[in-house]
Amino acid sequence: MAFIWPSLLAMILFIAVPIVSVAYQSLFVEHQQIMTQVESCGPFGCKSEARVDAAAMAELRTEEPMGRYNGLGTYTNASHLAFGELRAAWAASEGFGDFFDKVMNLPFYKALIFTLCYTFIVTPLVIVLGFCIAVAVNAVSARLKGPVIFFSLLPMIVTPLIGALVLFWMIDSRGIIGATLQVLFNDPQLSLKASPTLTWVTLFVYGVWHSAPFAFVVFYAGLQTVPQDTLESAMVDGASRWERIKYVTIPYLMPLATFIALMQLMDNFRVFEPVIGFSAEASASSLSTLIYSDLRSGDFPLFGSAAATSLLTIFGVVILLSPVLIRTWREFKHKG
Amino acid sequence: MNGFLKASVAIAALVGGAGMAMADCGIEKGSVRILSNDFAALHVVASAAETCASGTVTVTKNQTTEHKDIQVPALTTNPANYTVAMIATNSVTPLLTNDLVRPLDEYVEKWGQDLQESQLIRVDGKIMAIAYMVNAEHLFYREDILAENGIEVPTSFDEMLAAGQKLRDAGIANPLAVAYQSGWYLGAAFVNTYLGTGGEFFKDGTAEVDINNENGIRTLETLKAMSGYMSPDFITYSTNSLRPMWEAGDTAIQISWGSTTGQYIADDSAVPEVAKATKFAAAPTINGGSIPSAALWWDGFVIAKNVSDEDAEASFRAMMVGISPDTAAANPEVAVWLVKGYEPTPAAVGVVADLEGGARPYPMLPYMGLLHTALGDNLAEFMQGKESAEQALADVTAAYTTAAKEAGFIE
Repeated sequence: MAFIWPSLLAMILFIAVPIVSVAYQSLFVEHQQIMTQVESCGPFGCKSEARVDAAAMAELRTEEPMGRYNGLGTYTNASHLAFGELRAAWAASEGFGDFFDKVMNLPFYKALIFTLCYTFIVTPLVIVLGFCIAVAVNAVSARLKGPVIFFSLLPMIVTPLIGALVLFWMIDSRGIIGATLQVLFNDPQLSLKASPTLTWVTLFVYGVWHSAPFAFVVFYAGLQTVPQDTLESAMVDGASRWERIKYVTIPYLMPLATFIALMQLMDNFRVFEPVIGFSAEASASSLSTLIYSDLRSGDFPLFGSAAATSLLTIFGVVILLSPVLIRTWREFKHKG
Repeated sequence: MNGFLKASVAIAALVGGAGMAMADCGIEKGSVRILSNDFAALHVVASAAETCASGTVTVTKNQTTEHKDIQVPALTTNPANYTVAMIATNSVTPLLTNDLVRPLDEYVEKWGQDLQESQLIRVDGKIMAIAYMVNAEHLFYREDILAENGIEVPTSFDEMLAAGQKLRDAGIANPLAVAYQSGWYLGAAFVNTYLGTGGEFFKDGTAEVDINNENGIRTLETLKAMSGYMSPDFITYSTNSLRPMWEAGDTAIQISWGSTTGQYIADDSAVPEVAKATKFAAAPTINGGSIPSAALWWDGFVIAKNVSDEDAEASFRAMMVGISPDTAAANPEVAVWLVKGYEPTPAAVGVVADLEGGARPYPMLPYMGLLHTALGDNLAEFMQGKESAEQALADVTAAYTTAAKEAGFIE
């Protein structure tokens, strides 16, 4: 047992402790601000304006540094699970569609829907595309393999934000892709950035483009270990190329696909850079961008709100991964 | 021996050189660390302050658009990471709220001979900041294109929309531009336009927002109507995205920042014929009103509280050089200076017109930043035609109220 202690200690220090502190933070909000009316003068004249009494606030903060205890209030407010708003929407709705529209107008659910769509559309496409590239590259002659592998990996080598920005300017209505599409569809007002649907599609395409090389590398490594004698006996039996892939290669690589699915589900559920890189906040927000905007909220970082969204994100990841984890656990016990 | 001699001479020259620079600002010792936003006028000020660097005085600067998010944590540490924060109407409030800046009365008395009364920002009788320039968004127009199409310089949004239609008919597909990028810029566009209606953002004396009214709806409808004459990608354009379109001749009328005008009409512009035809005027009025729909801003600096008195005094004196009448006189085009001896230049026409037209200042309230964020996050759907103006304003109200409750401004 002794050998797991170093890694266990690191996990406690760098994973468990921060999560516990975030959970604790999420139960608190800022103190009630103590305001005073103060005469303030500047280039545009004088005005009596409300100001925060900094000295009184400092005293309050030394007494209770965490702020006001708010319990689960932050989780249930309008910016998060919005129970009150949900109830009101349900009572006022004429039908399910109307209710759904109202729910989609709540910031947390809007972000959740995009995050889930991104996760469940990008992940399978990455796996399929990565596998196809791996099979194709594997068939290329040995001399060309080096350069082909390099180019296939490029999307992953490019820093995500830079990749997103490059594409962002290319799809601008004055950029090469945007302008070409306008000519192709003969619609001068066509814009990939203006329409929410097209923005979503762009983000999905970017996500697949960026992550496919990861799946490709893993599958390509796996392909090198597919037993040659099994493949050869399949050929002797008269199996076509497609049948060999379907009945030998794919079953053999299945554990790798599970691994990629796990990694991608986790990564995609935390989608962030593309939304920022594509300036897509108008049409798409994810759980991570909600946290980001809370921490940059005007002049007061909303730590409690950001902490609550973080914990809800962790909760979401656990739910997403639980089927796979349960299966792995069963197999483990079975073997044991 | 010869080598030693040469080295000694070189060192003597260096020390002598440092001594001379010291003589310029007269600062004996200290560390000046500047944090500021990132635009031309601020580069000029920081570079002028940097000339005070000497063997015993160090001057460093960090000029970034992220300054607003850096400043509070950076000035909270003791000693603070920066001794000087260059701020504007909005970014000074979090520093005041958290008690991170020191009163400057003593320094103004000792070293502020060049300052004018209008530059002193007094809060509760104490000088807390020094302003050196004013800024506002206003109209930019292409004199040649407007004349060709027989269009008068628009003074109201209605005239601006009519001009947009006329220009579109004349073959300019998307003649108007305003930075409507979802987020801070869209929030700023709303604030500017709403100020023009004469409405107030908050219920009198409270932090409760009051924009879901006729003025708010009129504001949104105006923004939406304007977007009809803009590039279809308008929801992703920030201030910096406007200049390439302007210089390419794609747009003919826009609303943008006074602090950028110098670049538009610079002699060394990449497109001199566009630069020559670019003129400025007051921001348009709205709803038959008489005041330009633009918020007035001042830019200034504060000195951090959590630094040694020596560094604070050195910083104040270096900044006095940074914003000296000489600096302003040498760079009259980059800003509308509040500094003594400054005369408005052609680049300042727009801001001056806003001022003379009676435009209102950006509200310097502690909770205004929260409202600005809520506006920026919740208006995009309306602008894209996905929800009604009432719904958008209700969403803003809900988002602001939640945030203001968490920040402790509303019970």
